Amino acid sequence: MRSFSNTYIFVFSLIMVTVVAVLLSFVAVQLKPLQDMNVQIEKKQDVLRSVGKAEQVAEVEDKNSYIDEEFGKYITESYVVDFNGKQVETDAFEVMLSLAAEIRKPQEERNYPVFVYSENGGSKKYVLPVRGKGLWGPIWGYVALEEDLNTISGAVFDHKGETPGLGSDINTDWFQEPFSGKTLFNEAGEFVSVQVMKGGADPGSMHQVDAISGGTITSKALEEMMKDCLAGYVAHFKEIATN
Amino acid sequence: MSTEKEPLFSAKNLKLLSEPLGQSNPITIQVLGICSALAVTVKLKPSIVLAISVMAVMAVSNVVISLMRKAVPPRIRIIVQLVVIAAMVILVDQVLKAYAYDVSKQLSVFVGLIITNCIIMGRLEAFALGNKPWPSFLDGLGNAAGYGWILIAVAFFRELLGSGTLLDMQVIPQAFYEAGYVNNGMMILPPMALVVVGIIIWIQRARNKDLVED
Repeated sequence: MRSFSNTYIFVFSLIMVTVVAVLLSFVAVQLKPLQDMNVQIEKKQDVLRSVGKAEQVAEVEDKNSYIDEEFGKYITESYVVDFNGKQVETDAFEVMLSLAAEIRKPQEERNYPVFVYSENGGSKKYVLPVRGKGLWGPIWGYVALEEDLNTISGAVFDHKGETPGLGSDINTDWFQEPFSGKTLFNEAGEFVSVQVMKGGADPGSMHQVDAISGGTITSKALEEMMKDCLAGYVAHFKEIATN
Repeated sequence: MSTEKEPLFSAKNLKLLSEPLGQSNPITIQVLGICSALAVTVKLKPSIVLAISVMAVMAVSNVVISLMRKAVPPRIRIIVQLVVIAAMVILVDQVLKAYAYDVSKQLSVFVGLIITNCIIMGRLEAFALGNKPWPSFLDGLGNAAGYGWILIAVAFFRELLGSGTLLDMQVIPQAFYEAGYVNNGMMILPPMALVVVGIIIWIQRARNKDLVED
């Protein structure tokens, strides 16, 4: 085996790390726009899915432009409110992209993005992004409300790394569908959100859905997330109702 | 060293490609890379993508190390190998994020964990450091393929029995479920991957007595 001097070793390492660093940063910068694009398209797609749109996404060839087009067509309005229901001058989409940072703030200081859906001037639906902590990592979702700002018309959830086959089932239809038709407020008009019931929901209840067996922590985390994030919109809902 | 040129696909070179598929398979014989074999094999699709990613990383890093083998000081060779592998893995990760976003989401952390896949470093250390680029390339390809087919075989059984689907398409007819058939939830959990790998090892050793240890 040849022996190498210390100087050689230092020079060798220096050259190696420089070459690798330049190569990786070049690639990262080149691919960044494409990657950001993918993230944005995914969010748009989720917002659309919560109101039952973008259903042909598996069939279209150019997914990105299809989603962009649908989003522009159906999401007619978007704005941001604060905890007191006052409108804030920021872009709703930007706030949604940085929701992870938003939920780390106390409830009163957060910004709350709202996306308004309407088709051919028909009744509106309000899509509200939610985000929270699951068992292994973040979970998030999009809750679409009917015009009465009480009844859920659809909900979409997803997760980063919940247990496969158990907690990860929050992104399946069987878990999400029961949310449709549930209400956020009880008869007295108090905010109660939706409870995820271990052992099965009471079929007569307007505020309960089935939890996932074996995925209790994820189910409870999802319940907590809904309550935590949607509570911030209550003031805004009242404002809309009184106008 | 002989100056005679060896044909590209000589018997010796082909053996580099074929041996890891069977009698020196990284997973079933050398028992390397087990962790990822347990983690990603719940579904077929991520397993296939991971197999391809490992193949790309392994073949290229084997060639790179082999090209540098005379210049790499032995005292820092491990860290050099690590840098090469890590750089390759980040490249693969970035490319997946840009061009196959859905798959990259499913694989999430496991692409990054290719770095820790002991097969890759094992091959760099044992083979690429002492051999020319072409045989190293074949060796990398062969070992990655040996790793990959086990991964895909395990995923096939786990997805079929655990979810009743293949590549997310329903293959077990609805009539079976109506007749009382239930998906085996155990198959989705990591321990069953170990059992499936164990069964593959069992079959392999039953057929080839040379592999049986005393």
